[in-house]
Amino acid sequence: MSDSQQVIASTTRGFDQPALDFQPKLHHTIFETRALKSGFLTGLTWIAALLASVPLFSVIYMLLIEGGSRLSWETLTALPPSAFDVGGGFGNAIVGTVVMVGIATLVSVPLGIFAAVYLAILEPNGKLSHTVRFLAKVLTGFPSILAGVFVYAVMVVTMKTYSALAGGVALAVLMLPTVVLAAEQAMTMVPKKMKDAAYGMGCTRAQMIWKVVIPTGAPGILTGVMLAIAGAAGNSAPLLFTALFSDYYLRSLTEPAASLAILIFNFSGMPYENQIQLAWAASLVLVLIVLVFNILARIIGRQKY
Amino acid sequence: MNANPEMMVANTAPAHNDVVMDCQLEKVFYGDFLAVRDSKVPIEKHQITGFIGPSGCGKSTVLRSLNRMNDLIPIFRFEGKVSYHGQDIYDKKVDPVVVRRYIGMVFQQPNPFAMSIYDNVAFGLRLNGFKGNLDERVEKALQGAAIWNEVKDKLKNSGLSLSGGQQQRLCIARAIATEPDVLLMDEPCSALDPIATRRVEELMIELKGQYTIALVTHNMQQAMRVADTTAFFGVDISKGSRTGYLVEMGPTKKIFEEPEQQLTREYVRGEFS
Repeated sequence: MSDSQQVIASTTRGFDQPALDFQPKLHHTIFETRALKSGFLTGLTWIAALLASVPLFSVIYMLLIEGGSRLSWETLTALPPSAFDVGGGFGNAIVGTVVMVGIATLVSVPLGIFAAVYLAILEPNGKLSHTVRFLAKVLTGFPSILAGVFVYAVMVVTMKTYSALAGGVALAVLMLPTVVLAAEQAMTMVPKKMKDAAYGMGCTRAQMIWKVVIPTGAPGILTGVMLAIAGAAGNSAPLLFTALFSDYYLRSLTEPAASLAILIFNFSGMPYENQIQLAWAASLVLVLIVLVFNILARIIGRQKY
Repeated sequence: MNANPEMMVANTAPAHNDVVMDCQLEKVFYGDFLAVRDSKVPIEKHQITGFIGPSGCGKSTVLRSLNRMNDLIPIFRFEGKVSYHGQDIYDKKVDPVVVRRYIGMVFQQPNPFAMSIYDNVAFGLRLNGFKGNLDERVEKALQGAAIWNEVKDKLKNSGLSLSGGQQQRLCIARAIATEPDVLLMDEPCSALDPIATRRVEELMIELKGQYTIALVTHNMQQAMRVADTTAFFGVDISKGSRTGYLVEMGPTKKIFEEPEQQLTREYVRGEFS
């Protein structure tokens, strides 16, 4: 207390007359409590960051070690082996996953962007918007198996068959809330002054949205879409009762389809070494597919201006 | 104190009396709040009409009423008439979107789009389905806005990469690319430093040869430097509210040197703000 008072006293004196004897201490003091606390907390955050990256890197490491050795042209193209076979692959599952995620993207992205336009621009404070926003947030934490059950009831039962189409729709149900919320966020972030500028140029509301808001928000929208795709590609639960599985290549959208997620689920539980190895390899391929799409999306959707 | 707009209009006796926009604002509301009342502001061809006045006097509201930008505010209500080449722009049959294509606007904050410099300028032309030589028109607009030499080698760069003053001139280029009839400028220099302000002011004087300009400014020196005619708005706080109204309008020299109203005199001498 008296220390600080003295400091104040001497600084104030320094203002009205140059005090030659005044020597402020500006150097580091090593064992000061303030510095120790700061150092301790910095160390703590550093350790936490390290721990958080351990699961990620160990998963990738294990996938590369266990799955990398089985990667070959055969595993990428051949059909799954039966119980005691050697060799084989999961080409049909790669095709199935890509097709079903594709269907899900085609359904959820346009729908999600339109919904986001309504939420972000047309009626941000309307009753419907508040409800939709709330439900979308609830749906992001929705158990994914329920999406499967829902589509089973709506599509599989009525069409009387498991199908790639039903699988795609189940994944779309899962992707939709993520897309809607991310796209809304991205469009809300477009500065109001740009919207004013568009109106000032004589844009109609639709032109303002299509020519200014969506292009400006595109990187954010794309990030949301990629997150949703990554989540959908790795999800097996919604496909259990919708696409089921198939040991053959997909020939029609209205028949059961294989997927990497279900193949991993099936094979990893089997007592055969060959199947277990394929499950590892399929996991690695799944991660690579998601990674490649992510990188592509980042290149395409990079903030250009 | 009590301005008589009729008289003031009669006093604006310039040589060219070609009124492009005859603005007669009776009452302008935001919800129940009466923002502006009883203001007649004729805007003459190839002139810069400056709007000055203290904060909250409604000068920006008046300006934004002239191209129906205020229609974007749901609680906005306009009573009166804005006669543009003889047509009331507040007529029910008038499409505000079309009005804004004839009466362009430059905003207080530079607001280029997140696009290249070229696309910013071409935006309005493409919007209007322009079929001619786009490159030529973009260059012409950038030259008109005195920014061509600074950006001609980087037309593909982002409009947002420019400095504040350049961004504002880019916005002016974007506004004049479609060759509008009237340009409304809402404190275009308030976010700029003195050097950039100087350039934009010089530009306004060049542009008035081709366009009609209405300029809101907080800066009285700016009004003195560039405006041909100046409209002084005051705030009426008598009824417990703050309502802006036109106190006096006339040739800039007269408003600053020998205004008729006591209020104007006090304001331009800095005795009241």
